[in-house]
Amino acid sequence: MANIKFTLNGKSQSVDVPPQMPLLWVLRDTLGMTGTKFGCGMALCGACTVHQNGQAIRACITPVSSVAGKTITTIEGLSPDSSHAVQKAWLELDVPQCGYCQSGQIMAAAALLAKNAKPSDADIDEVMRGNICRCGTYQSIRQAIHRASQILTASNRPAHKGGVA
Amino acid sequence: MTLVKKVNRRGFLKTGIGAAAGLTLSFTIPEKTRLLAQNNAARAFPLNGYIHIGADDSVTLVLPKSEMGQGPMTALSQILADELDCNWSKVHAIFAPVDPKLYGPMQGTFGSMSVRTGWEPMRRSGATARAMLIEAAARRWNVDKSQCRTEIGAVVASNQRATYGSLAEDAAKLPPPNGVAPKDPGQFRLIGKSLKRLDTPLKVNGTAVFGIDAKVPGMQYAVVARCPVFGGKVASFDDAKAKAVPGVQQVVEISRGVAVIADNTWSAMEGRRALEVHFDEGPLANLDSAAIRQMMQEGASKPGAIARKAGDGSAALSGAAKKIEAVYEAAYMSHAPMEPMNCTAHVRPDGCDVWAATQIQTAAKQTAMQITKLPADKVNIHTLFLGGGFGRRGGADFIEEAVEISKAAGIPVKLTWSREDDMTHDLYRPASYTRFAGGLDADGWPSVWAANVGCPSFAGMRNGVDSAAVEGIHDIAYEIPHIQVEYNKADPGIPTTYWRSVGYSQNTFFTESFLDELAVAGGKDPLEVRRRLLAKTPRMLNVVELAAQKAGWGKPLPAGHGRGIAVTNNIGSFNAQVAEVSIEKGKLRVHHIVCAVDCGHVVNPAIVEAQIQSGIVYGLSAALKDAITIKNGRVQQTNFDKYEVLRIDEMPVVEVHIVPSQNAPGGIGEASTPTTAPAVANAIFAVTGKRLRRLPIRPEDLA
Repeated sequence: MANIKFTLNGKSQSVDVPPQMPLLWVLRDTLGMTGTKFGCGMALCGACTVHQNGQAIRACITPVSSVAGKTITTIEGLSPDSSHAVQKAWLELDVPQCGYCQSGQIMAAAALLAKNAKPSDADIDEVMRGNICRCGTYQSIRQAIHRASQILTASNRPAHKGGVA
Repeated sequence: MTLVKKVNRRGFLKTGIGAAAGLTLSFTIPEKTRLLAQNNAARAFPLNGYIHIGADDSVTLVLPKSEMGQGPMTALSQILADELDCNWSKVHAIFAPVDPKLYGPMQGTFGSMSVRTGWEPMRRSGATARAMLIEAAARRWNVDKSQCRTEIGAVVASNQRATYGSLAEDAAKLPPPNGVAPKDPGQFRLIGKSLKRLDTPLKVNGTAVFGIDAKVPGMQYAVVARCPVFGGKVASFDDAKAKAVPGVQQVVEISRGVAVIADNTWSAMEGRRALEVHFDEGPLANLDSAAIRQMMQEGASKPGAIARKAGDGSAALSGAAKKIEAVYEAAYMSHAPMEPMNCTAHVRPDGCDVWAATQIQTAAKQTAMQITKLPADKVNIHTLFLGGGFGRRGGADFIEEAVEISKAAGIPVKLTWSREDDMTHDLYRPASYTRFAGGLDADGWPSVWAANVGCPSFAGMRNGVDSAAVEGIHDIAYEIPHIQVEYNKADPGIPTTYWRSVGYSQNTFFTESFLDELAVAGGKDPLEVRRRLLAKTPRMLNVVELAAQKAGWGKPLPAGHGRGIAVTNNIGSFNAQVAEVSIEKGKLRVHHIVCAVDCGHVVNPAIVEAQIQSGIVYGLSAALKDAITIKNGRVQQTNFDKYEVLRIDEMPVVEVHIVPSQNAPGGIGEASTPTTAPAVANAIFAVTGKRLRRLPIRPEDLA
């Protein structure tokens, strides 16, 4: 067991768990934050995508010890009220079907847009091919990322800088 | 698992919520159902088995269906709200408890039946509840009910007005009237509109509670070590090393293996890794895919049980002007929903609660009752969101395991399957080996259609035929004078079950590809042949024409591109697809799929379109990606590295055209899956001239 401290969704968090325990299970079982999903355990499907210092990572293969001192954002902390541009676009286009992969899809898309505010279809493919959706919402995901890009562009004018986690 | 084998879901087409409809309105509401609405701040009053109205004007649909993305939560709410004439923004839905009196003897979600069988009951429940609210208002105001009408969430009469919430308590005390007529479809206000899904807000911020997200006070976490070989069992185990893993609390043996219980899922997995367990691998320990194929091949080579015979059957082949023979094959497939199987159970001496993402609540309940020996009123099934189902969650194997573990451990337990558990202990889409023989008449039109299917059976035999094994072959709509379809059960013992679109998932690939072979052999255009043979099936012909027209069938394409067409008639709906593909440097690219669908009266066009896209992706994955193969009695694919599925970079542009219709609603969740593989394979033939006769398509098949 080890005491590990990190920032989780804007608040300091401390956990007493085995250091090699994947962040995914610390979030889900230790902290009861189940928005981040288990899909494969091998970074193959992207269902567990969260942000570490703003970068998309796969929580299922990330030992919790490696996030000590870092800033982690999960779907629960992306925005307090589903107001992140990606969430807005997802709501507008009704992207989810079963919804199980969508936390990961949204976190991956948010990280993509934070780096590249106007991604091309090829940019979207390159990043989002890491996230599997068995319901096949890919066409809607692509449209929604373009839509989120528009929302961000509109809100990123100097006077009103929108927040991208 | 055994329970599920007894479920013939087609047999429930005429029961399910359809049969419950008449009962619903006259039954009182059990206290259990009443409690479901307790999270509402205001008090809620049940008007019948499906509708609770809160004092705050909220309207709650008690949904006896599982929401796995296919949209019944929204679509059924829409039907209800339209007939009830309530405010859509006040509508939400909760999952129903198991109640055979209210929701039928086989409560579950399968066969793309939610809207098909929910249409009438939802309309009548909504209309009847509306009549009760009017009656309550009329009594309160002491006027005749003929003077009252409804206006979105309120009853009004001359200068009086009362919201549904203010009338609900009185209305709930009234006896439900009989024979209330639902609306004239011309009056629909919500049905037919692409209203936003009720579940989306929960699915963009992590608050939707899926089966795997269940939380129960005092709960511990379990994984199970199972014999990797089907039919094997635990011979012996030593739990000393497992128990030495930090966090591991208990190790218990259950019917299907050894469960390791810990403080968290990861510790349970680590404990399982450390567990020493020896299995008796049983009679299938040497089984492999080659032997399975041989078994099915031998099956399809013998005279079989007759699934259909028309005209002179296969005897007419000898008189045909031209005879064409071909063998078609399909592999075992895994469902691989994104949420691996899991279940949370709390077995106590006096009761049992089960929280699960299940497609068949009745099977879940029966399973828990059998294991706990508790009566029905002591066993509660709590349905949570399903992270995909596709037929897999009709199984009760994961329920059985969780209930056994909780019973043995004496605490609430959440059982989670790893992806490896899920993929190697699925109940698979069966493999199939089918011999086709077709005859052409002197003018080159198909005159004989003969097939011999060698395939496992899981859906029950009637007269030697499992309809799930031959559907899509024996029930073709094509007008061909002589038809003979035979079935030979060939079952190597791999567990199988329903997989999105069931037999059509492989058989439509066979028939729509073989029909193309007959067209080519007769020197006909594939569209021309379908037109001629579907002349007496107007709804099917119509989707073929529409898809062909929208896709520009016959118009020039870039060099190296080709088009293929296919059509499916399943689940009470009709869909045709035209695929456009190219092959560059040996790599297949599916560029575009145009789908025309006639699914009868549409409740929510956006959900229909999404389901068509969804089914196409599922079908494309199965057509182009990996198969499940067997070696030494075990599945060789364990995760998404060896069992790849379609990803966004391979997604074609999908274009959906919905045929306006006043026919009774058809199904939609499984409609489009079967049509995609043959449309793509026929398009590949158009490019390469090479006929593809096995699924999935391998890269070497393209050369």
